[in-house]
Amino acid sequence: MKRAALLTGLLLVLLSVPSVAPAFAQEGEPTDDQVNAIAKQLYCPVCENIPLDVCPTQACVQWRETIRQMLTEGRTEEEIRQHFVEQYGARVLATPPASGLNWLVYVIPPLAFFGGAFILVRALRAWRRPAAAQMPVAPDTPDDPYMARLEEELKRRG
Amino acid sequence: MIANVGYFVLVMTFLLALYGAGAAAYGALRQRPALVESGRRAMLLTFPLITLSALAIIALLLGGEYQVEYVASVTSNSMEPYLRVTALWGGQAGSLVFWSWLMSAFASAVGLRRWSRDRELLPWVVVVTMVTLAFFLAMVVFFENPFARLWLTNDGQQVTAMFQPGGTVPLVPADGQGLNPLLRHPGMVIHPPMLYLGFVSFVVPYAFAIGALVTGRTDDRWIRVTRRWTLVAWLFLSLGLILGGRWAYDVLGWGGYWGWDPVEIAAFMPWLSGTALLHSVMIQEKRGMLKHWNMVLIIVTYALVIFGTFLTRSGVLSSVHAFAQSAIGPMFFAFIGLTFVVSLSLLIRRWEALKGENQLNSMFSREALFLLNNLLFIGILVVCFWGVIFPLISELFTGQKVTVGPPFYERATGPLWAGLLLLMGVAPLSAWGSASLRALGRAIWLPLAVSLFLPAYLVLSGTVTHWAALLGFWLAAFVGLVTLYEFWRGALARHRRAGESLPLALWRLAGRNRRRYGGYVIHLGVVLMAFGIIGIELFQTETQGTLRQGEQLTLGGYVVTYDNLRQWDSIEEGVNITRAEVSVYRDGKFLGLLAPRRDYYYVAQQPMTIPGVRSSPQDDLYVLLVGWEADPAAGATFKIYHNPLVNFVWAGGLVFILGTLVAAWPDREPEPAGQRAAARAGTLRPGREAV
Repeated sequence: MKRAALLTGLLLVLLSVPSVAPAFAQEGEPTDDQVNAIAKQLYCPVCENIPLDVCPTQACVQWRETIRQMLTEGRTEEEIRQHFVEQYGARVLATPPASGLNWLVYVIPPLAFFGGAFILVRALRAWRRPAAAQMPVAPDTPDDPYMARLEEELKRRG
Repeated sequence: MIANVGYFVLVMTFLLALYGAGAAAYGALRQRPALVESGRRAMLLTFPLITLSALAIIALLLGGEYQVEYVASVTSNSMEPYLRVTALWGGQAGSLVFWSWLMSAFASAVGLRRWSRDRELLPWVVVVTMVTLAFFLAMVVFFENPFARLWLTNDGQQVTAMFQPGGTVPLVPADGQGLNPLLRHPGMVIHPPMLYLGFVSFVVPYAFAIGALVTGRTDDRWIRVTRRWTLVAWLFLSLGLILGGRWAYDVLGWGGYWGWDPVEIAAFMPWLSGTALLHSVMIQEKRGMLKHWNMVLIIVTYALVIFGTFLTRSGVLSSVHAFAQSAIGPMFFAFIGLTFVVSLSLLIRRWEALKGENQLNSMFSREALFLLNNLLFIGILVVCFWGVIFPLISELFTGQKVTVGPPFYERATGPLWAGLLLLMGVAPLSAWGSASLRALGRAIWLPLAVSLFLPAYLVLSGTVTHWAALLGFWLAAFVGLVTLYEFWRGALARHRRAGESLPLALWRLAGRNRRRYGGYVIHLGVVLMAFGIIGIELFQTETQGTLRQGEQLTLGGYVVTYDNLRQWDSIEEGVNITRAEVSVYRDGKFLGLLAPRRDYYYVAQQPMTIPGVRSSPQDDLYVLLVGWEADPAAGATFKIYHNPLVNFVWAGGLVFILGTLVAAWPDREPEPAGQRAAARAGTLRPGREAV
């Protein structure tokens, strides 16, 4: 159980790490769609939380032109991303690179979730000890004889 | 004059709120009913006073009194009167006053309920609501004064002060900067008030919970009294989130409705903990369990309400340094910390008294499944919280700014959402208390088997092959079937027993137990939204291209032809408008014209991209004007999105809200379960149960 949880956690962490798309060489003039495919993964430092492919500001238009230029030069997707990271820092990426303190961003949520699941399972087991006197379950609207009959019927049918 | 009166009233209200909190607390502790009553009256008085203050701001906004800094920053001569009124919540100071006004309205509504019931809880409700109100009023009185005016010093410096500093003359700009153009949209006019209503309504259940902790009332009285408040809070938050999504789709021009922006998440987090609470309180009501957990959830929800306002109001999101420099950021931070610590201390003090009355009989009972539901909601909450604060932590400790964007949230919460859908299908078929896997299996096999037809059909017809989409569609279909089955078997039972027609039986069934069937309608809304979200998240396609007049782009079976483009200045609105016209065809048939636009606001120096959208039940064609040549006939660039099933999101949102209204609608008769529970606790009182 614990091992399975550990493996699932590890899997989640790995899934969370940004994937590296295969590089592709460019022939001729790149299309807008090829430019946007890369721009979609980048954020300019000024327009917070707006992906580069849809940002209407002039600065972002220029960034997209830079991407187009680099694609024309035959640079790969990874090289282009790296260029922007070197110029403006890791914040241009949609998710933090998995290094240093940034590991925490990927590790904490699964750890917290499985920690919570562990506590819940423990609590459920503890609660399952047989009780001497149980409080009866309150049906939804027992004072309404109509609903009581309905509930009864549903129980029998269910 | 108006500004002076407005400010004076604000100061008076602040002092009154402090007095109300102090008098009620002292009166309750020293058993002095007269003082408690005085505190209650002070609370009631805050509402007309803040109303007066808010009206003063509105009068200044409508009158174009640009010497008042707030008026100059959020209005301009070109703005329509209704937009000037909504500018009350368009800026920092005004929105804090608006928050306070809603808080005082809700506190007064509680104060007007029959005071003879819950005599021991209500003084503490006064304390909590008035402390919260005093905090927000302190922000406007001391730091973000909406009535502060502009002055010009002898050496030409502009200063902002409430009263004229020596050696200055009044500075009255001829025009204001105007409301952020993005906010001049009907959705944005309604969206903030909805969110604020949601935020503020959650303060009321929190106040009752704190009352229960202070007085040691360990039964579920606070939950029963505030059940409807919680639902109302949840309703407004849901409405705010849905309207915000619609606004983003219509105005922001990025083809979607939810961008996992920290501001969106700030409003989403209390919704998540509130949703967990709405489910888990049922366990306490039915089984007398989870008293600690429900307290934790309402305390966390309150903290998140204040945290959400803090995130959006302190500037912390743009930079931790902006937060440190902002006047209100550290104050908010201190207030959240203080209330959180005090609340948890009270909870720890009552820990033993809050032990559950019952034990868990089965891992397959409804309460066990609700607990799992809580785990998943809190899991999503942790992802959201961590995603929002991690950039701040990173900046603080390493000096490096990072972006935690949509891919993080989507990957981390995707499996949790799927788990929640599965639970929504299973839980309604499980029983409270004793439940066996066998009984659950008997109830579940039929809808489970029928629901598999959908993914099977999608695969066999070749419509969908994406595994995540198939899983999602199957889960949504399963939940939909289970929910409809619940309505069907309930109505059928009534029909057979009483001979009512099926529609009448369905109507009366839902009317007899609005909470349960309202909840099921909400589930149906979620099913529709799930179809829409899967559609747009997994099947959205896009293309972009520069077209000469008469040329075309093709996407998702649609053909879009560029017809023409016009550009003009709208002097009175201070905006330059560029409007293209494109013709849309499908299978050679002309479907209509779309007019994507790019507006440029001169004063704000802000462009705004307004899409041209063709909607149908199965998809949206969403066309954006991205750029154009000096000679428009020579070329204009369009970006086109094909958004399958997106309208299911909006339809689901409507059903969702409808379900919440059904569940929250006031009862005409007393709720017997509540009376019985109160009788058990020996605290039965006459009269209606709910507020």
